[in-house]
Amino acid sequence: MTAVLEIAGLQKTYRSRKGVRRALDGFDMVVEAGQVHGFLGPNGSGKTTTLRTLLGLIRPNGGRMAILGREVPEHLSEVAGQVGAIVESPQFFGNFTAQDTLALLAEAGGVRKERVHAVLELVGLRDRAKDRVKTYSLGMKQRLAVASALLKEPKLLILDEPANGLDPGGIREMRSLMRNLAESGMTVVLSSHILGEIQLICDSVTIISGGRRVAAGSVADVLASQSSAGVKVRLEPGVDMRAAVELLRANGAQVSVEHDHFTVGNAGNPAQITRILAEREIYLSELTPMSADLESVFLQLTGTAPVEGQNRQVDQSVVSAPAGGWGQ
Amino acid sequence: MSLYSAETKRLTKRRFTRLFLLGMTLILLAIAAGMFFVNQKAGPEQIASAKAQSQADYQRAVEQYNQDKTQCQADQGTPNAGRWPTNCEGLYEPTQDDFQYQWNMPPTFDFRENFPNMVTTLAALLALVAFIVGASFVGAEWSSGGMMNLLLWRPQRLKVLGTKLAALLVFFTALTVVFSAVWTGLFVGIAELRGSTDSMTSGAWQSIGLMELRGLALVLVGAAVGFGLASLGRHTAMALGVTIGAVIVFQFGLGTVLSLAKVKFAEAYLIPVWMVAWMDKEIKIEDYNSCDFSSAGGCQPDSLTLTWPMAGGILAGVFVLIVGLAMWTMRSRDIT
Repeated sequence: MTAVLEIAGLQKTYRSRKGVRRALDGFDMVVEAGQVHGFLGPNGSGKTTTLRTLLGLIRPNGGRMAILGREVPEHLSEVAGQVGAIVESPQFFGNFTAQDTLALLAEAGGVRKERVHAVLELVGLRDRAKDRVKTYSLGMKQRLAVASALLKEPKLLILDEPANGLDPGGIREMRSLMRNLAESGMTVVLSSHILGEIQLICDSVTIISGGRRVAAGSVADVLASQSSAGVKVRLEPGVDMRAAVELLRANGAQVSVEHDHFTVGNAGNPAQITRILAEREIYLSELTPMSADLESVFLQLTGTAPVEGQNRQVDQSVVSAPAGGWGQ
Repeated sequence: MSLYSAETKRLTKRRFTRLFLLGMTLILLAIAAGMFFVNQKAGPEQIASAKAQSQADYQRAVEQYNQDKTQCQADQGTPNAGRWPTNCEGLYEPTQDDFQYQWNMPPTFDFRENFPNMVTTLAALLALVAFIVGASFVGAEWSSGGMMNLLLWRPQRLKVLGTKLAALLVFFTALTVVFSAVWTGLFVGIAELRGSTDSMTSGAWQSIGLMELRGLALVLVGAAVGFGLASLGRHTAMALGVTIGAVIVFQFGLGTVLSLAKVKFAEAYLIPVWMVAWMDKEIKIEDYNSCDFSSAGGCQPDSLTLTWPMAGGILAGVFVLIVGLAMWTMRSRDIT
């Protein structure tokens, strides 16, 4: 496979009176042709900065980027005709109709006018095409934004939160649209917070936190890399669960207590759990490996899982995954 | 070229542009209608009526003079004599020349004399509209996110902003040429019906043409400055705010301070004076607190003449500064 999008060591620093903030700190990303690639990260992690930098809206302080094999921003104008993008929330001039908005973009970009009707049909806005954009709901504006990105029949489609504001039916339509586009040979980069959707749609993902890549690869690989360490533990009825939890924690286990069981997050060697508890004559009724979903992997990798009694601030996250597992 | 035609369509499709042009057209029509109804053609009937009026005024003045003279002579030797000049010698006897019929003529539209003011009116109104429409054209694009959208399609910042500005300036050039032609035709008609074009020579027409050209330059600078300021601030309000600030600081504030400080030729610091200098080719400012003595003329105030090349230099400087700054920031700033 060939890489449609390559980013290596990307850096962006913002300077203000409050000091220097590294929005991107050596970020790397590779997207192969024909894939639907998920781009994940908590708020303030550098997702939008990455996309804006890639699209020439922000100047990087260092690093290398290439789209369709051409270095950007130097050769961005040569490949811009093959890249459709929406960045952050959809933004259009409210007093124009959807049809006018797209027709003006098509004219500015040298795209055939017939494409306007085709993409309006594709995103389900055909019957509202002559209404002013300011009368649109957020979901309809989102559809219009996707339509504008599809207008030039791009080889690479970059969508920042495309499902934002869509109703459940719209989310499902967007999902099937993404899949159809990928099947037609288009490469899609999808930034979203709806992790269930990403897991369903995407072939591969990149997770960013604190301006750095913390995980990348196929969805299955990323899930597998994190799921082996967690186990669900249930004790015999009537046994004091609190004593068992304290015992394991004293031995370095990361334990989360649930209603009638507990989980050990860093159980590299589950036999260690049975041994420690059995020594105190505490016996298990269940010990099962946990299969992680993308949400739990995301929360674990980015360190953004809610902690009882604490209010996490937007910039509080980790930049690298914990290495190894307890008990190994 | 496709970007240029798309930007021209974007400009002309905007409701804001259409509303402002409609409003300006209505104001101009109201001015033309006002001039039509206020003025009258000076024919033999009007001249005869004016002459009759001035003759009647003269007769009344003579009667008054005779009454006053009689009363004055009667009052001599009485305490009332003090109310009159000594021996009634200083009483002024009116003459026919004191009551010229031209003063009683109804207002008439002399094209050569009155139309230059109308050219200035048109240029000032068009420049104001060009400033606001120019500011809104790019300001609304920045604040609505349209500019970012466009840059995703055409990642050539200077070309995008430059093409937008070119579309705006070409549009206002065409608009000013059409409006100037219609405005001139309208007032030729008004002069024919309610005045005269008799004094128009080819030189006078050339002068009117050059004045309209200077008006066009004023309109284009107005458009470019509004556009540039709104692009610098990435919002229409930036241009309008700077303008209101400039009017308050430079016109009211600075004008008051300079006049309190008795600064010589304080008017030279005010924007309208330079606009008049540009449109009327020159303006003479006099300092009445000074005396430039000559044996022939006595005490004359010092004067400063502002000419159209000086005003043109300032207009060009403002144009280059604002547009240059807007282009530089477009090239160098992150678009977030």
